[in-house]
Amino acid sequence: MASIKTKIGRRAFIKNTSLASGGLVLGFSFLNSCKPKQVAEMAVQEMPKEWFEINGYLKIGDNGLVTILSPNPEIGQNVRTSMPMIVADELEIDWKDVLVEQAPLNTDLYSWQVAGGSRSISSSWQSLRMAGATARQMLKEAAAKAWQVPVGEISAVAGKLTHEVSGNSAGYGDMASAASQIAVPEEVDLKERSEFSIIGTSRKNVDGRKIVTGQPLFGLDVQREGMLIATLAHPPAFGMQLKSFDADSAKQMPGIKDVFSLKIYDDDFKRSAFHHTAFNEVIVVLGESTWQVMQAKKALKVEWENAPEVSVGMSMFGNEMKVNFPAGLENSTNHRLKMEELNARKGKVVRKDGNPEAAFKNASKVIERSYSAPFLAHNTMEPMNFFANVTDDHAELLGPTQTPEWMEPAIAERLGLPIEKVDIMMTRQGGGFGRRLYGHFMVEVAAISQKVKAPVKLVYSREDDMSQGIYRPSYYATYRAALDADNNLTALHVKTGGIPESPLFANRFPAGALDNYLAEDWTIESNITTGAFRAPRSNFIAGAEQSFLDEVAEAAGKDPIELRLELLKRAQENPVGERNDYDAARYAGVLELVKEKSNWESGNQGMNRGVSAYFCHDSYVAQVLDIAMEKDKPVVQKVTTAIDCGIVINPDAATNLAEGGVVDGIGHAMYSAITFKDGAPEQKNFDKYRLIRHSEAPKSIETHFVQNDIDPTGLGEPPFPPIMGALANALYKATGQRHYHQPFITEKQVLG
Amino acid sequence: MANFNLKVNGKNEQVDVDPATPMLWVLRDHLKLVGTKYGCGIAQCGACTIHLGDNAVRSCQLPVSAVNDQDITTIEGLSENGDHPVQKAWMEVDVYQCGYCQAGQIMNASAFLKNNPNPTDEEIEGAMNGNICRCGTYTRIKKAIKEAASSENA
Repeated sequence: MASIKTKIGRRAFIKNTSLASGGLVLGFSFLNSCKPKQVAEMAVQEMPKEWFEINGYLKIGDNGLVTILSPNPEIGQNVRTSMPMIVADELEIDWKDVLVEQAPLNTDLYSWQVAGGSRSISSSWQSLRMAGATARQMLKEAAAKAWQVPVGEISAVAGKLTHEVSGNSAGYGDMASAASQIAVPEEVDLKERSEFSIIGTSRKNVDGRKIVTGQPLFGLDVQREGMLIATLAHPPAFGMQLKSFDADSAKQMPGIKDVFSLKIYDDDFKRSAFHHTAFNEVIVVLGESTWQVMQAKKALKVEWENAPEVSVGMSMFGNEMKVNFPAGLENSTNHRLKMEELNARKGKVVRKDGNPEAAFKNASKVIERSYSAPFLAHNTMEPMNFFANVTDDHAELLGPTQTPEWMEPAIAERLGLPIEKVDIMMTRQGGGFGRRLYGHFMVEVAAISQKVKAPVKLVYSREDDMSQGIYRPSYYATYRAALDADNNLTALHVKTGGIPESPLFANRFPAGALDNYLAEDWTIESNITTGAFRAPRSNFIAGAEQSFLDEVAEAAGKDPIELRLELLKRAQENPVGERNDYDAARYAGVLELVKEKSNWESGNQGMNRGVSAYFCHDSYVAQVLDIAMEKDKPVVQKVTTAIDCGIVINPDAATNLAEGGVVDGIGHAMYSAITFKDGAPEQKNFDKYRLIRHSEAPKSIETHFVQNDIDPTGLGEPPFPPIMGALANALYKATGQRHYHQPFITEKQVLG
Repeated sequence: MANFNLKVNGKNEQVDVDPATPMLWVLRDHLKLVGTKYGCGIAQCGACTIHLGDNAVRSCQLPVSAVNDQDITTIEGLSENGDHPVQKAWMEVDVYQCGYCQAGQIMNASAFLKNNPNPTDEEIEGAMNGNICRCGTYTRIKKAIKEAASSENA
């Protein structure tokens, strides 16, 4: 066993007084009082008479049941199962004796209560293990005291404490009361990897039964006595603002309580990065039911006007900065022209190795290709929504958010309440993908509830959700490669940018593998708001880079996997530059694994195959995508994925997430786009905005994880970016056509 | 506003609502059966799928006034104890990621299997094409439907 200090994250072991009340604390009981009978009975049957809180992560019942609190937002990445699994393994409890509850936001107890950057597991790996291990140690100490034997002679296995010499044994439930009185130990033993009994084994989603029986789980399912429903009308286009409105007929409609305009922030309000809005002034329609407020919104007579240029001062993690939103109504055709224009000029040099100019001058062959991707809406299946009940001295918020920790101060400041008077609880969330990192809807509902002095649930319609902004930015990139007479790649030049941000990662592969390398970028301001979307920036640049490398390999007459492995060998043995932020050996490792598992060397097997590999969120992913032509249409038959994300907590759930990344990536590269005409998004619902559907998904997906002892790294995002390159490369083999501009479906009718 | 007598999950219910109110919102806001989900409101995503008689329908496009005496089944009433073969297969395959669309997927799949107990892969894809899963669990949904079909035929 490895003995480590509990100092790291020690605050997590402070006892959580809010849990000490014990009794029937069901994780979802706050959502709805109308639980079907059988579910409530099942839960009650198993409940202990008394719970004893051991630390902020767990409490043990007198019958040996353990409740583990899952601290992070659950957006479909399955942390509500995998985080408690880590605690349970170190605690040494049978998984069937574990109940899981969603922890509330509590920055004293937990750190990084954020679903972002694929960091839930990696950032809490040590604290979750220590939570389980310290509890196990406290149970052992309680038993040692009771039996008057040395603590070192006591074993704790599967919820049972045993002292072999004296023949004493007891369940965790028997010692829970005494253990809760023991001081938190200074040091604890953590398990060796070989001792894990839950980590690394597949466990079913703890919410599975509730999901398949339709239990209230999500933010939109929240019901409260006296709760009103609010919906918002926002300007129809970016670059517009509210001029005036007439709500007389809307107010007369059944169930409507009030209609008013709401300024989210006054002009002199000191904003932070989390005081984020697309439209600062909106019209609020408040009523008794969702359908009624949606209908009344249609009856509003509103005049919108062009907005002036706005410059918003913001404090971003302590840095003061201005964010500029230019005036004007933007169009996608102009966006494309502007991006092409900027990409034709010299950009800002972010990294330069060797003498790329000379290498291109001396090249016997130069390949140049340009790539682009449109704005995308996140389109979580559950639209934005949140519940708030704000009184004179307290704010209670409940709903789906990826960033409760960051939104708490933002809400407190807007409401004028001290931060300790703002309580945020999280529901299960119908998807995240980065959209719920931007909690403007939480501020909006809190401000509405404060104004009308009533509990309110804010509901965005799909159209509101899709036309409100916070889109994935639009990107453009040009790659150039120089080959010498022997077809060696002698230089690579990438120039890229976007609206409003650049997708460049200048220090990622193939930087470090080439003597001559140049990376430049540029940006274009816009009043269209954007935000992080699953694997931000990587979600475009990976596909562009990996498609380009495929053309380089073809021009050089090399196998595309071999070309990458040669470059990675160079990066590993004799890297160029010192800032390369990837591990070339692990990168090559996933390529080797995908080569083996896809039987790459045994030939095409009647398939048109494309390969791609990428590094992001500290993890490595390689994918081979196979296309078969069926009646002259390309159909994705199979995707083979190899992943190195260190230790995998819950393999089947991790596989599910990787499969989702593949389907998601193929879907967005092929079908999805938000385009603009006169500032207005042209797609506002799923009739115009295409998401991938059943018949378009790969017929099979195979996922393989590299087995190693490295602490867990990201998994939610990494499988998503590279698949777009594998798709483009396989499509080329299948149809002879290269694809450069997403969504590929607009280039030519492909995939059947 | 008008009174409507409905039969939902075998129970008689009465609601006083605008006759144009879609069943989706009658279920969710008035009967507090929130298992049926709102996704798009225009019958494009399938999240709101319920059974009207034996048929899968989009409750967002079904006005309460059109239901009359037809039986309505929602995800909450698909089985007594969450043990419908499709629900069991979903749990066995651990289909879901976020889980939001899955009630609609299950309602559509269960109506489909009733009419076609031995579907081919192509038939499954065709029948399920109207139900969007944003997390991309399509391959697992197909696997679960095949498992449910074989368990029902066993």
